[in-house]
Amino acid sequence: MTETTDEKTTGIAEAAPAAAPLLKVRGLVRHFPITKGLLKRQVGAVQAVDGIDFDVYPGETLGVVGESGCGKSTMGRLITRLDEPTGGSIEFEGRDITHLSTGGMRPMRRDVQMIFQDPYGSLNPRHTIGGIVGTPFRLQNVEPEGGVKKEVQRLLELVGLSPEHYNRYPHEFSGGQRQRIGIARALALKPKLVVADEPVSALDVSIQAQVVNLMDDLQEELGLTYVIIAHDLSVIRHVSDRIAVMYLGKIVELADRTSLYEAPMHPYTKALLSAVPVPDPKRRTERDRILLKGDVPSPINPPSGCRFRTRCWKATEVCATTEPPLVALRTGHQVACHHPENAPDQAPEDTPGKVSKTAPK
Amino acid sequence: MTAPIETTGAAAEAQPEAVLEGVPSKRIEGRSLGQIAWLRFKRDKVAVAGAIVVILLIVIAALSRPLQSLLGLDPNEPNQSLIDPNTTLPLGDFGGMSADHPLGVDPKFGRDLLARVLEGSWVSLIVAFGATLLSVAIGTVLGVVAGYYRGRVDAVISRMMDVFLAFPLLLFAIAISASLQGGAFGLEGLPLHISVLIFVIGFFNWPYMGRIVRAQTLSLREREFVDAARGMGARGPFILFRELLPNLVGPIVVYSTLLIPSNILFEAALSFLGVGIQPPQSSWGGMLNQAVKYYEVDPQYMLVPGLAIFVTVLAFNLLGDGLRDALDPRSR
Repeated sequence: MTETTDEKTTGIAEAAPAAAPLLKVRGLVRHFPITKGLLKRQVGAVQAVDGIDFDVYPGETLGVVGESGCGKSTMGRLITRLDEPTGGSIEFEGRDITHLSTGGMRPMRRDVQMIFQDPYGSLNPRHTIGGIVGTPFRLQNVEPEGGVKKEVQRLLELVGLSPEHYNRYPHEFSGGQRQRIGIARALALKPKLVVADEPVSALDVSIQAQVVNLMDDLQEELGLTYVIIAHDLSVIRHVSDRIAVMYLGKIVELADRTSLYEAPMHPYTKALLSAVPVPDPKRRTERDRILLKGDVPSPINPPSGCRFRTRCWKATEVCATTEPPLVALRTGHQVACHHPENAPDQAPEDTPGKVSKTAPK
Repeated sequence: MTAPIETTGAAAEAQPEAVLEGVPSKRIEGRSLGQIAWLRFKRDKVAVAGAIVVILLIVIAALSRPLQSLLGLDPNEPNQSLIDPNTTLPLGDFGGMSADHPLGVDPKFGRDLLARVLEGSWVSLIVAFGATLLSVAIGTVLGVVAGYYRGRVDAVISRMMDVFLAFPLLLFAIAISASLQGGAFGLEGLPLHISVLIFVIGFFNWPYMGRIVRAQTLSLREREFVDAARGMGARGPFILFRELLPNLVGPIVVYSTLLIPSNILFEAALSFLGVGIQPPQSSWGGMLNQAVKYYEVDPQYMLVPGLAIFVTVLAFNLLGDGLRDALDPRSR
C-alpha cells in the first residue's frame, strides 16, 4: 500500500500546479457497522467509502461522479466532518482534521462549507431567510462590517435574490430560489472550500443551469474551491476542472476534464460516458453504447480484487486476485485498472478470459 | 452534449435579473407559517366555537371570585331555610331553582350551586393548566433530548417513560395526598391540595408528551437543515432549541390542548375519590362526589358539575382537534 501511495503522490505532483493542496485526503475509509441482536454484535459493515485518496487544489473544481450508492455523498459528509471517518486522514491546509471534536472543528467550519442536495429540507421552515443566512455569523460570533442584516442582504443580492426577501419564510420560495438561499448561507463566512452534494439534482433542468452558472460566477468572484458531487455527467463536465469517478466506495479514475472525457481509461468511466444522451440523432447512431449488465454489487460484501470486475467486459483472472492501484498512467490522469482503455495494458501477460460484453447498437 | 448546456447557460445569465425584475412593485404580503395556520383555523367553525367557549371559560374562571360577589353569592354560605328538614333535599322544583339561586342549592346545606360551580372552575382550570404545563415542560425537554441524541440517552429516557406509564398512578396519588394531608413544604389547605394535584398529575403524564416529541424529533433530526446547522459549527443545545424546537411547536400546542381536558377529568376523578381538593372548598369533582348520594332524588345536583366538566372537556377537545388540523394538515 505504501508503494502505491508513493506512486500516487508523484502522479498528483506532476499533475498539479505548484500550489500546496487545500484538502488532502489519504486512505479515507467509512464503514457503517451492521449490528444484530440485543447486544448489538457487529456482524458486518457497509463499506460506503473504502480507502480513497485525492487532493483538492486552491481555486479548482473537483467533480465527483458515480452511480447511486457508490459512496460519493458519504465522502462529502466525511470531508466536511459531518460524519466520523473509520480510517484514513483528511488534511485541510496542512492541518489534520480527521478526528477533530465538534469543538475543535468549529473554527474550521468557517473555511469549509456545504451546499445541500434538497433545497426543501436544508432550510429550516420556521426561520426567516434573514435568520437562515445570518445563522453562520451568530454561530461563529462574526460581526460583519455594517451589521449582520446588511451583510445578509448583500449576500442575497449576490446570489440573485432581492434583499427584501429578508423577512420571508422558505416556503414562499421556489426550489431554485431556495437553493440560492442555501448557497448564500454557505458563502456567508467567505469559506475557502465549498462541498456541494448534488447541488442541482433536485432542480428543474432550466434552473439547474442557473444555479450551476451562479456557482461558476461566484467561484470567479470569490476565488472559491469546489468539490461538487453529482451523478449528472453533463453538469460535472460543465463545472469541473478535474473529475473523480467513484465506484463502490473507491475512486477508479481521477483526471482533468478533457483528458477524462476525450480518452477515458477505466472501462467503468467509458461505460458511464457512453450512457450520456447525445442530442444529435445523426451522431447517436455512430457511437457504441456500453450496457453494463446487472446491478452494483453490495457494498457489504464487495467483490475481491477489482470491484468492477463483475460487470467488466475486460475482466481477467488478475482482476479477481489483485486490486488495481490508482496510478498515474499519463500526466494528471490516474486510473485503477489492470486493462485500461486508451493506455498500455497493465497486466498484458493475463489474457482476457471472457469475450467482449459490449453490446453493439 | 455541450450544446444544450451552452444555450441554457446563456439563458441562465439573464435569469437572475429576471428574478430581480420579478419582484413586484406592488407588495405581496409575506405570510408566516403561523398566519397560514390562523387562516386555516378560522375556516374551521367547530374549532372556532370551541376556542370561544375555552376563552369564555378562562375569563369566567379568572373572574370567578369577583363574579360571585357581583351576584351576591357565597359558595360556602349554608341556607337551611331552603332545605326540607325531613329529607334534607332542597325545597321547590329542579333542586330549588329560584331567582336568587339560578342553578338551585345543594341538599343538606342549601349552598348556592352557581357559586360553587364558579368557585370550582378556577380550581379545575388551575390544576389542569398547571399539570399540563409541568408535563409539557418535562416531556418536551426529555423527548427532544432522547430523539436527538438517540443511543444510550434515548434508551434510558425511553425506559423511564415506560416505568412512569406502568406506575399505578391512582394508588400513588391517593397515597401522596393522604400522607400530605397535614401540610408540607410550608403549604397547607387549598394551596397544598392544588400543588399536590398539579405535581401528581403533571409528573406522571409527561411520558405521553415525551413520546410524541421524541418521535417527531427522530424524523426531524434527519432533515438536512440539522446537518446544515452542524456544518456551521452549532452545538447540541443550539440545534435542540433553535432548530428543532420551533418545528415542534405545532404538535406540542396541539397535544397540550388535548391533554388539558384529560387532566380536568383526572382532577375531577381524584377529587371524586376524596384525595384531591378537600371540602368545604368546592371543586367540580368534589361536587360530583357529593351528588352521587342524591342522584335518584335530586338529579339536578349532579347535572350542574357534570355539565360544567362536559362542556369544558368538549370545548378543549374541539379546540385541540382544530389546532391540529390547522397546524399539521397532514395528520388528518
